[in-house]
Amino acid sequence: MSQDITPNEMNHAEVAHGHDHHDHDHKPKGFVKRWLMTTNHKDIGTLYLIFAFAMFIIGGAMAMIIRLELFQPGLQFVEPDFFNQMTTMHALIMVFGAVMPAFVGLANWMIPLMIGAPDMALPRMNNWSFWILPFAFTMLLSTLFMPGGAPAGGWTMYPPLVLQGGHNVGFLVFAVHMMGISSIMGAINVIATIMNMRAPNVGYLNMPLFVWTWLITAFLLIAVMPVLAGAVTMLLTDRYFDTSFFSAAGGGDPVLFQHIFWFFGHPEVYIMILPAFGIVSEIIPTFARKPLFGYVSMVYATAAIAFLSFIVWAHHMFSVGMPLGGELYFMYATMMIAVPTGVKIFNWVATMWKGSMTFETPMLFSLAFVILFTIGGFSGVMMALAPVDLQYHDTYFIVAHFHYVLVTGAVFGIIAGAYYWLPKWSGHMYNERLGKIHFWWSTISVNVLFFPQHFLGLAGMPRRIPDYSTQFAEFNMWSSIGGFAFGLAQVFFIYVVWKTVKGGEKATAEVWPGAKGLEWTVPSPAPHHTFEEFGPVDLDKMAHGKDH
Amino acid sequence: MSEASKDQYYVPHLAQWPIVGSIGLTVTFLGAIQALNSETSITPWMMFVGIGILLWMMFGWFGDVIKESEEKLYNTQVDTSFRMGMIWFIFSEVMFFAAFFGALFYARTFSVPWLGGEGTGLATNEVLYPGYEGVWPTNGPGELNGRFEIIDPYHLPLVNTMLLLASSVTITIAHHALRANQRSQTIFWLIATVVLGAVFIFFQAEEYVLAYQEFNLKLNSGIYGSTFFMLTGFHGFHVTLGAIMIAIITVRVIKGHFKPESHFGFEAVAWYWHFVDVVWLGLFIFVYIL
Repeated sequence: MSQDITPNEMNHAEVAHGHDHHDHDHKPKGFVKRWLMTTNHKDIGTLYLIFAFAMFIIGGAMAMIIRLELFQPGLQFVEPDFFNQMTTMHALIMVFGAVMPAFVGLANWMIPLMIGAPDMALPRMNNWSFWILPFAFTMLLSTLFMPGGAPAGGWTMYPPLVLQGGHNVGFLVFAVHMMGISSIMGAINVIATIMNMRAPNVGYLNMPLFVWTWLITAFLLIAVMPVLAGAVTMLLTDRYFDTSFFSAAGGGDPVLFQHIFWFFGHPEVYIMILPAFGIVSEIIPTFARKPLFGYVSMVYATAAIAFLSFIVWAHHMFSVGMPLGGELYFMYATMMIAVPTGVKIFNWVATMWKGSMTFETPMLFSLAFVILFTIGGFSGVMMALAPVDLQYHDTYFIVAHFHYVLVTGAVFGIIAGAYYWLPKWSGHMYNERLGKIHFWWSTISVNVLFFPQHFLGLAGMPRRIPDYSTQFAEFNMWSSIGGFAFGLAQVFFIYVVWKTVKGGEKATAEVWPGAKGLEWTVPSPAPHHTFEEFGPVDLDKMAHGKDH
Repeated sequence: MSEASKDQYYVPHLAQWPIVGSIGLTVTFLGAIQALNSETSITPWMMFVGIGILLWMMFGWFGDVIKESEEKLYNTQVDTSFRMGMIWFIFSEVMFFAAFFGALFYARTFSVPWLGGEGTGLATNEVLYPGYEGVWPTNGPGELNGRFEIIDPYHLPLVNTMLLLASSVTITIAHHALRANQRSQTIFWLIATVVLGAVFIFFQAEEYVLAYQEFNLKLNSGIYGSTFFMLTGFHGFHVTLGAIMIAIITVRVIKGHFKPESHFGFEAVAWYWHFVDVVWLGLFIFVYIL
């Protein structure tokens, strides 16, 4: 807006604002206006979370099919090709449909509340970021019902295998394009919100860690989602327009795809874990009743992890053939990531040291996160060793590794955040007993599910195969039993959340006594509009408002 | 500036365009898939319908934003959000091009020499492709689509470089004129920019015709054809978009939009134009000259 406004124009502006105030008191009436046309960060956050959970259940159902088939050796329930479709779709749906949108949902809900902003910076675009996703996933899922079925070449989409997928290649490529468009717009919105919409007296080093980790995640998203778009575009032209990017006969190289894909894929791994780091860094101080240990080092560690994530991608490709110098470089660079990650783990532990700890459900999930994510981290360091990786590559050891970081890491982080903020969203406390049942049920079953897979992998069981040698039978049976139990536990989670939304003990504004953060200064449930006027906020209410 | 407008961040209500955009994107992509998957070549009419919906969405959405801007609903903070949005959007575009430049560098540095027997590729070369030299430009050991010639960088591409560089100057002159509140000057230099862009696109089309008809250089001419046409093609597409955007900005200046001290729409388009210019310099050096 121009610096000098004539009185006439000023009037105009005030009229408009007056009109807004009128609107603010009421949520839009009717389903279409309230949800389809919404620009409200809380409503869009809710949409994201519901969508992510729906995808989590669909992707989970596919995992159940996989575990059912693997319950016993031999082929019992599904054809090998359908099994491959299940592994491929399970991964695509969980990565792009469940984990990423869940984090964006949490960002939408919490970032404006945590920095004292009236909404996300670009509210209309925020709506579009969400409303692309249901269309993209409908397109992707529709391939299951087509002749030839869904993509079955693995979520990594390696050519030439994925190009043999028949009609589904186009659906896969364009669905990925739509997810990318959604992610990039979402990330732009997060960056603009955090950089431009903080309350006037909130500096960068006053921001809660969840905001910091999301800011860095958003940079990663903008940097790598377009690279994925480029990679799948090359797949499309190789498939339909006879280009030779991934064909040796034309001078290209299928390994080129792997390089481009993992240049996206490795930062993507951190996109799926950094916001969880942020959530856990919010929860542990609250229930240890101590400020986060080493706040600034946490910020630097997050940034260091993000930077390193760009220069380690080929550790996913040790076994495809690389010059020795490349193997060595990627091995050492990868192991360096353990340093900033270790900083984080030790900081969480130090935060709890001599704290007055209590063990409510969000804290339990966060503690499980710290321990189980670290197990996933350790197996990651093992696989960073190129000579060792040649042994583990494409076995169940890697399956165990990335499920420890993604399920007990990312998903546990999301569930912890959901319990932590659910009273703020719904206005009701969840039932602590049910929450604890959900926690123990999930944590025990998830370990029964994934821990034996380490042994299966070390003994040589390959991944993405519907059948296996009989010596693997017992561990697979245990893994499947754990899998079914874990799946049921998440259905139970729906019940817990539903019960909380419908009723329950009224939540106070503070929710967790002594919790720090601006989100605890607004009533529960959070009103439709918060922090409508920009102005200084009470820095004492923020965890890192004054000194760190 | 009044206190109220300073503190109030304009949050629009009831956005109807995003859902239209989602439908448009879906119809466009489904149309493209339908055309790609059909055994007989059919007109991708559904894709055009989708693009039509997208254009309608953009017209409506930008129209709303322009209207709100002209109604002075946006304070400087909203303006900053728009700026950040545009900057990071352009950065995402840079990364999209980076993927294709990466493919080009990989092919030239690694895959082609390896196929020619360098490094660990000796066995590959001797067993699979004996006699293949692995020298750029190449359509690969399979000699896909037969012999081809490449475009001489110092004819049309050099002219095109001059054109785009000149257009960056003209749009900057237009920007200075706008800041000095000289409308007719602004309009003149904007039109000059559009014309330079249009001539660039015309020459690119000319070059493609030449490549296809005279040089037998086609999209399916191995890795050289793939990288050449995908890089220059996506760039040409972006120049086309940029030229359309400048044309729209010109119309807006004629209609009296923008103030000397506040004209984000103009600046965003100018940034975009500089971005396609810089990408072209990369293309000129790495695709045409080297």
